[in-house]
Amino acid sequence: MAADPSSKPRKADAERGAKTSRSPWREQAESYFIHHRKVARDSAVRMWRTPVASLMTWTVMGVALALPVALLLLLASLQGVSAGWESSARVTAYMKMSASLEQTQALAGEIGGDGRVAELELIDRDRALAEFRASSGLDDALDYLEENPLPHTLLVTPEESARSADGVAALVTFIEGMEGVERVQVDLGWLQRLNAMTDLLARAVWALAILLAAAVVLVIGNTVRLSIESRRDEILVAKLVGGTDSFVRRPFLYTGAWFGLGGGAVALILLQLSLWWLSGPVERLAGLYRSDFSLNGLSLDGAFALIIAAMLLGWLGAWVAVKRHLDDIEPGEIAGS
Amino acid sequence: MIEFRQVTKRYDSDHTALRQVNFHLARGELAFLTGHSGAGKSTLLKLLMVMERPSAGEVVVGGQILNSLPRRQIPYIRRHIGVVFQNHQLLFDRTVFNNVAMPLEVMGATPRDVGRRVRAALDKVGLLSKEKMNPLQLSGGEQQRVGIARAVVNKPPLLLADEPTGNLDPKLSADIMNLFAQFSQVGVTVLIASHDLALINEMNRRTLTLDHGNLIAGGNPLQGGAGGR
Repeated sequence: MAADPSSKPRKADAERGAKTSRSPWREQAESYFIHHRKVARDSAVRMWRTPVASLMTWTVMGVALALPVALLLLLASLQGVSAGWESSARVTAYMKMSASLEQTQALAGEIGGDGRVAELELIDRDRALAEFRASSGLDDALDYLEENPLPHTLLVTPEESARSADGVAALVTFIEGMEGVERVQVDLGWLQRLNAMTDLLARAVWALAILLAAAVVLVIGNTVRLSIESRRDEILVAKLVGGTDSFVRRPFLYTGAWFGLGGGAVALILLQLSLWWLSGPVERLAGLYRSDFSLNGLSLDGAFALIIAAMLLGWLGAWVAVKRHLDDIEPGEIAGS
Repeated sequence: MIEFRQVTKRYDSDHTALRQVNFHLARGELAFLTGHSGAGKSTLLKLLMVMERPSAGEVVVGGQILNSLPRRQIPYIRRHIGVVFQNHQLLFDRTVFNNVAMPLEVMGATPRDVGRRVRAALDKVGLLSKEKMNPLQLSGGEQQRVGIARAVVNKPPLLLADEPTGNLDPKLSADIMNLFAQFSQVGVTVLIASHDLALINEMNRRTLTLDHGNLIAGGNPLQGGAGGR
């Protein structure tokens, strides 16, 4: 009891040779880190001791995380598609009925000279009528018309560099400004619809992701609550002998983070499995559409971010539980009566 | 070391656990706290451990008034108070060594320090050879001594005991009391709540007697017990 506290540590240091004196601050910091390491390890070991329960929690978390991440990946792939198919955009310029063929040819020369235009085709009104007659089957009806109702038309294919949505829009404005042009149409409608749909889908996916993240927090919170209940005695004793709140909380926060780690790992495995399972059919489907569409998995950075996010969610869940339940446990009742 | 100044503890309007209790315990003093069941012994100990706050008056431990102590400061006060319970409050999921080490871990002691001080405390209570055992493997008297080792491992200036010999036979109880006497000799203030009057009389120390929340004897060292120190 009354041993001199200074004699032994100094001897141990001398044996180590290098340092003869250690500041209390360093010693404090060192024991703090040692304690953290110990608590982290203990929490992990506890989890291993109940493998089935832990695995179930991980799986619940993994599914809840994998679902929104899978949808986000699908979304990213779809956005890649719409970017790719913009290349097939063509601008159609309809001339005014009053514009003559010569005028149209002059205009075609002018537009064709623009740097943003890769290819230009002129369809005069006679050919347009002939094509329409051939394809529509309205042969007889067209005979009743006194004159050709179709204008001259220019089909403009933009240069590679001008194929972005903005580039095409600028080109449209440019052509609309030309003399004799009645109307310019871009066959981007379906693409815009796809974009609108992916935007909507993105919002839905994010809403789902937030809901599922909240579910993860609650699941971990509940699991940690049970763990707090089962370690009630230990918490009471720790508080009795002067454990601070953060000391008492620490093991549970680590437990939450480990649950997050396991859940993130399960999510990654689920994602890779479903990707592998889908890749064959997706390739075949894309092949049928002559598209280079492919489902992309998570990059290494993405996987890392998923794990970190999962651990943060686990930590947050544990924190919620700890905040709600740990502070209630006060060693008032164990002093007997 | 401990001072109660006009301390009243009221749980609700019709239950008053302590009424205007006044007493003072000096450093290194060993005193008993006795009284019938429900007289307020536990309440008095709880006030010292800041598990409860007084309704009126002041509780002073080591020169610090506990009444207005902020919640976050409570752990630091408790580190200076060793507590021994009747049911010892040992944890059965760890060894004797790790049980005794808890107050040191809480303080952030280095592992080297922990090993040294835990063994010193276990040696003191005569259980050094059982440090690797689970408390469940020990007898009741041994478990109580582990509890004592845990209470004194960080050398607190104040040691509180709540019925420490409640479940023990007279021979073991005497051993435990001798341990407490030894601690008081090295300057630890010891306050033992007990209703084992035979044992108290045998020890011949200052005795604080509570009756329905009133301190009826021992408040003044001169008139206390069978003669005081």
